[in-house]
Amino acid sequence: MADVTNAAFLELSGVCKGYGKGDARSEVLADIDLSVARGELVCIVGYSGAGKTTLVSLMAGLSAPDRGTITLAGKPVKGPSAERGVVFQNYSLLPWLTAFENVYLAVDQRFASWPKARKREHAEKHLALVNLAAARDKRPSELSGGMRQRVALARALAADPEVLLMDEPLSALDALTRATLQDEIARIWEQSKKTVVLITNDVDEALLLADRIIPLSVGPAATFGPAVAVPIPRPRDRKAMNHDARFKAVRNEVIEYLLGPGRRRGAADRAAAPVALANASDSDTVVAA
Amino acid sequence: MTTKAKFRFDASAIFLPGIGVLLLLLLWAITSSTLSKNLPSPAKTWEVSKPFVTAPFEKRGELDQGVARFAWYSLILVAKGYAIALLLGAPLGFILGWSKLFSKSFDPIIQVLRPVSPLAWLPLGLVLFEKSHPAALFTIAICAMWPTVLNTALGVRSIPQDYLNVARVLQLSPAKTFFKVLLPAALPYMFTGFRLSLGIAWLVIVAVEMLTGTPGIGGFLWQEYNSLIYEHIILCILTIGIVGFVLDRLMSAVEHRLKAA
Repeated sequence: MADVTNAAFLELSGVCKGYGKGDARSEVLADIDLSVARGELVCIVGYSGAGKTTLVSLMAGLSAPDRGTITLAGKPVKGPSAERGVVFQNYSLLPWLTAFENVYLAVDQRFASWPKARKREHAEKHLALVNLAAARDKRPSELSGGMRQRVALARALAADPEVLLMDEPLSALDALTRATLQDEIARIWEQSKKTVVLITNDVDEALLLADRIIPLSVGPAATFGPAVAVPIPRPRDRKAMNHDARFKAVRNEVIEYLLGPGRRRGAADRAAAPVALANASDSDTVVAA
Repeated sequence: MTTKAKFRFDASAIFLPGIGVLLLLLLWAITSSTLSKNLPSPAKTWEVSKPFVTAPFEKRGELDQGVARFAWYSLILVAKGYAIALLLGAPLGFILGWSKLFSKSFDPIIQVLRPVSPLAWLPLGLVLFEKSHPAALFTIAICAMWPTVLNTALGVRSIPQDYLNVARVLQLSPAKTFFKVLLPAALPYMFTGFRLSLGIAWLVIVAVEMLTGTPGIGGFLWQEYNSLIYEHIILCILTIGIVGFVLDRLMSAVEHRLKAA
């Protein structure tokens, strides 16, 4: 497995996914090709309702693609697995468990053979990693949105996944909390060097975090635009983002695709489709995403 | 300001129901002295019931016991029948909520059986078990279990997909998925079912005791009707009502704690 380091680690090729049958069918994702190297942090930036959540659930193995293949380290993805950790957009913490218990649930399952003390220590360590040691005995309802998302992040990291999939993890948070958590995700990624696929609708978030940004066109039948590398050394300074030429260049490239070909592609598809079908698939896409 | 508001609230919480009780007593007294001469007056009812209320646990004879003692017999019978109702109803509800196939197959049967009165089940119970005690338990259980079945099924159907996704992504074992995710998520709904089931079990007990002659508050009521001691009918009605009210309050206290957690 050592020789895979620079080759594709997580790979999607020709992946299509749609919902419904016959005339009511709407394609959500079409011809998705993605190859993520081990240790890489890739951000996928796209419109809301474009099928970003569908993409995450495909990679997580929660649903299967209609066509195409998804492989991790050469093995096909057949269902959910602890090797692919997921941070959900709405946190998805279990409200009847405390922050610690939520994390411990993942540890207990993943490292079932460990002695209890080691499992507890491992869970505590990951709560501390996201700066939540003090809130260990609080239930999700007693935590702020930002803290809940930290718990969700700790839960995903504590299971020590090969790949961390994050579905708009910060989009429900206010701007200040968002900025803090972006910095923390950057810091944690530097420490752990996990392979991360982060999905977002915020180009600046992608600029701060990503090795590579991949724009996702508007749906239905959303697909990837050309990937844009972010050759900016870390730690990146968010204050420099508005005047640093390198940031500007990358941002322009991404935005040009999203507002140009990325939007027209969807518009062209829609124009080609009968009106009723286009409307139906519009609403379907929103529900799916 | 707040203390004053609190004081006023407390006062009205005691006075207004007190006024309601007084009005009802007045109406009762007027009815018994004018419209219906057979209806014992409140004063007469109290006088005749006094030994049963002031010594509620007294046992003077098989048919002459304090109300609390009779209520206690009934409660024991209800507890047994209710336990059977929960043991059958909760798993049935879980399967019904979980499996669409099962739900489609059995939902119509449940909808047909649910409205059947205890008076109709009891003879079948007597035919099946040939003795009044198991027949009584059968009747209580089969009448009381439906709210538990339906609310448990609703609770299971209402488990958010997010929680199921978490269980799948973390690859929780079936046992852990059940105890850590499904059961806690469905529990508040289940408890609503448990509370409604207990209410029905308590309703059914009176009918069952009347028909089987089992000693208890319902049996006592029927026996006193046959002995023409009408005061005790009213005593029994009040006792049944108060016990039912207390049971419901206890259950909803537990339910609230569960929902708050």
